[in-house]
Amino acid sequence: MQPVNAAASPIDEPDLAPVKLSCRALWKVFGTDPEQVLANTSDTGGRQSRIRAIREAGHIPAVSDVSFDVREGEIFVLMGLSGSGKSTVLRCLSRLVEATAGDVLFEGQNLVELDDKAMIYMRRHKMGMVFQSFGLLPHLTVLENVAFPLKIQGVPLRERLDRAREFVSLVGLEGRDAAMPDELSGGQQQRVGIARSLAVNPELWFLDEPFSALDPLIRGQMQDEFVRLQSQLGKTIVFVTHDFLEALKIADRIAIMKDGQVVQIGTPADLVLRPADDYVRSFTADVPLVRVLKVSDATVPGPVTPETGLAVAPETTLEDLFAMHDFNAGDVSVRHADGTVMGRVTSSSVMSILHRAMMRDHGSKDERPGG
Amino acid sequence: MSDAMTTLVDRTALPTSHRAYQLYWACVVIAMAAVTLIGLQYGWLRDVPEVLTIPVAEWINVAMAAIVDRTQPAFRALSWLLAQPMHGLQAVLALLPWLTVAMAFAGLAWVASGARLAVFAAAGLLLTVLLGYWTEMMNTLALVGVSVPLSIALGFGLGAAGFLWPRCRRGLDLLLDLMQTVPAFAYLIPILLLFGFGPVVGLIASAIYAAPPMVRNTMLGLSRVPEGQVESGKMAGCSPAQLFWLVRLPGAMPQVLVGVNQTTMQALSMVIIAAIIGGFDDIGWAVLTALRKAQFGQSLMAGLCIVFLAVMIDRITLGFAEKARVHRGRAPVPLLRRRWAGVALLVLLSLPVGLALPALNEAPANSVIAVAEPLNDWLEQFLITHGALLATLKTQFFYVVMFPLRAGLENAVTPFTWGIELTPTLIGAYWALAALVTLGLGARSFALGCAALFVFWLGYFGMTGVSWVALTLFMIALGGTLGGVRSALLCASTCLFFVLTGLWDLAMLSIYLCAMGVVISLGLGAIIGGLAAHSGRLSEIVRVVVDTLQTMPQFVLLIPFLMIFQVGEFTALLAIVIYAVVPAIRYTEHGLRKVDPGIIEAARQIGCTPWQILWQVRVPLALPALALGINQTIMFGLAMLAITALVGTQDLGQAVYVALSRADAGQGLLAGLGIAAIALTSDRLVRDWIVRLQTRRPVPDAAMGPKPGPR
Repeated sequence: MQPVNAAASPIDEPDLAPVKLSCRALWKVFGTDPEQVLANTSDTGGRQSRIRAIREAGHIPAVSDVSFDVREGEIFVLMGLSGSGKSTVLRCLSRLVEATAGDVLFEGQNLVELDDKAMIYMRRHKMGMVFQSFGLLPHLTVLENVAFPLKIQGVPLRERLDRAREFVSLVGLEGRDAAMPDELSGGQQQRVGIARSLAVNPELWFLDEPFSALDPLIRGQMQDEFVRLQSQLGKTIVFVTHDFLEALKIADRIAIMKDGQVVQIGTPADLVLRPADDYVRSFTADVPLVRVLKVSDATVPGPVTPETGLAVAPETTLEDLFAMHDFNAGDVSVRHADGTVMGRVTSSSVMSILHRAMMRDHGSKDERPGG
Repeated sequence: MSDAMTTLVDRTALPTSHRAYQLYWACVVIAMAAVTLIGLQYGWLRDVPEVLTIPVAEWINVAMAAIVDRTQPAFRALSWLLAQPMHGLQAVLALLPWLTVAMAFAGLAWVASGARLAVFAAAGLLLTVLLGYWTEMMNTLALVGVSVPLSIALGFGLGAAGFLWPRCRRGLDLLLDLMQTVPAFAYLIPILLLFGFGPVVGLIASAIYAAPPMVRNTMLGLSRVPEGQVESGKMAGCSPAQLFWLVRLPGAMPQVLVGVNQTTMQALSMVIIAAIIGGFDDIGWAVLTALRKAQFGQSLMAGLCIVFLAVMIDRITLGFAEKARVHRGRAPVPLLRRRWAGVALLVLLSLPVGLALPALNEAPANSVIAVAEPLNDWLEQFLITHGALLATLKTQFFYVVMFPLRAGLENAVTPFTWGIELTPTLIGAYWALAALVTLGLGARSFALGCAALFVFWLGYFGMTGVSWVALTLFMIALGGTLGGVRSALLCASTCLFFVLTGLWDLAMLSIYLCAMGVVISLGLGAIIGGLAAHSGRLSEIVRVVVDTLQTMPQFVLLIPFLMIFQVGEFTALLAIVIYAVVPAIRYTEHGLRKVDPGIIEAARQIGCTPWQILWQVRVPLALPALALGINQTIMFGLAMLAITALVGTQDLGQAVYVALSRADAGQGLLAGLGIAAIALTSDRLVRDWIVRLQTRRPVPDAAMGPKPGPR
């Protein structure tokens, strides 16, 4: 269970969690003199003309004017194709890459302005990161790898090994403590990477394409486990992926990136039902709707008539709903975990949401770039 | 060298500016011909006139004297300081029973690699004892024991600095190039002047000489640590120091250990060569004194001990490096610990045993097995029986091949050497043939024609007889064609250096000897490497031989040839070939083998015969690797050239050697720099050529390798 299904549908608005991490007007420009070039251009003519001006100065804007908020306990996914700048954004957040301009606010503190020492403190105590290439240290055992961030902090040997052991078993690698990284499969190595990133109990959890290097079957398993883990831990997460289906499966909200810019930010259902442009639509076209749309998307206000006695949670997918309920028997009431009733789902409300989603798909079929 | 150049010119004629290049080279050829013809009349166009030389050597000596005057006490103090650990180690090794030392080495070999190496080490050390070279061996070990850590520390420091501050990378590269190409004899002289005579000089020289591989491997290892590991270290909150010592260095360790292995081997090789300055009764000195007394049996036995020591140290350090690579320092830990404990126990136990039994304590001072004397007798007998034949072989080869290359056919063809007089008719016929071949080849390829003409020109006048102006013109044109303005400038300044220092003739002699050795090595390397690439079993045998050859200190390679052919350029040539053939074989086999099997399969499917596959597919694709092999062969040849001064050559190497015996720093440094200049210039030209090859034929794995995952 996620504590908060943040910023999802309009009905949810009132109980939004506080913003934990905020990225404001972030720029990353590559070239010989990026600061100067960026300072010489301005926003007055709009973002596109500024990007053009930077390019004309022989520089490459890898990240252009990216802003978003991540709420406490939220899984925020940065999704985009290769070269869209999503990994660079993530590295600017953790300052593995220094942004050319913009702010990164963490609990009101601007990370961009921190000196090296303060940033090291931040990384030691507040942040964890998982890498696409795993980034395990080849000369350390599984246990020592997981304990490594604790060692860096100066935690005594016995205590850090005990804590590391806890996280090794959390990711299901009990008994492999003494193995070396190159003795493990890719999936197991990434489990070690996950355990290591969690060992310091970070508030912010960054994942950079953690499952992209894995085989499809293992990838699916790892995604399921990631969702299970997060339901226990409730971290604030920024997750980078190039796989739209992966994004849909795990995200609370998704930011779709293209050419260094954010094209659209929204919940999975938002992206499917209201794609901002054809680029977003091209991703959503082949998505099985019943897996993306949730009960909350089809909920209409009012009491259930006639009463069937069945109640479902708003975050249930339509696919799961169909599996447990036959609409010939009547409507279903939608109830939050705390017992408050949100409304009801009827066969016609489901039909109408599916119809809406399919028609927006149908109407623009010919214009889909690359189909 | 001319063979290599033929290909150089051919490969670089860019199709786009084909005409321009032809015109350019036509002008160069005409200019060279004009200079040569006019040079027949005016000698200064042919031989470097003395008015052009500058007394740089004397200036250096004056400066050196001033420096030595001011700094000598400091350096002498440093010398004394460095001597202490060395003498300490020497004393300890002398005190310990030989049994204990041998045990320790065998144990080390066991932990590093296994029982086979342990038996090898024990056998080698026992042989050393029996041959009566134990004390000398221990003295060499004491030298190595101090110079290796010094060299490793120096190399690691420089390598880490080069990695951490990329700005100093360029300066460091130049420094490394000089350290590796200036013959060690040359910088022995200033060290000698500063530190005074004694074994410490050899120690310091070997520490400097052996550092470059450590620097290079440290930099390589550190820069190859995957970015993911570094980023994960940063995200764990490492401070810069933690990141270096806990993440980068462990990640680079396997490569760094390869550096340790190479540095150790080079230090050992240098320590043995440094024996020529004497003063420390070590194994290199034993070889040298035996050689000087013409006791070939003794020198061969001492040389054998050196080879044993070298192979043993090489395999032990390599064993540890391999362990770090494969197991990342973590074989089943309890087993390793138990092995160490077992070795320690045996060594401790051997101590009282050795002290109690004199035979196991004191090693004999003279050989207890009679090998050397019978060997001397056998050699004498052999020379009596086959001496005449060998001498004929040597003389004939000298008159027919070496002398013409050196002094030109115009001087080499006399009734005494060739049995004929060089009449004007013959000269006319020679040049007519030259014209015919040039035009014939030129019709096929312009560059090939130019190259043929160059070879005929060189053959007629010889390396020492060609006009210095014409050769300088040629080098500048070649540099310009291969690498543009910068390479042309490098060629020009190298030529100018030899003109101004008055070392032109010596340089030509060096190039002549080295080029001949390199060409023979390349030929042999192409044949052996080519065959080895086709046969697994032959490859195994070749690898063992080549590995052993490479492990041997260069000095030892001289012994067998010296025994049979006495001093002279022929012996030097053979020594150069046996040393330089190693990279020639290695790179040929490696280059031919690593060609993508998919392409070979495709070629076979198309219906290529094995011969066609070799020439149309393997060789063209392997060219960059083969070119790198040529480069390495030249470097090895030049390195050996300096050593062959010991067997009587007349080139720059000899000039360095003579300067060393006279403590003439100026002359020694200049001649040493001369060898370095030749090395760096040829290195640059071959690299330019490789770049050309690669831009025309991109390396397969760079062009078609998997793209990095989407970001």
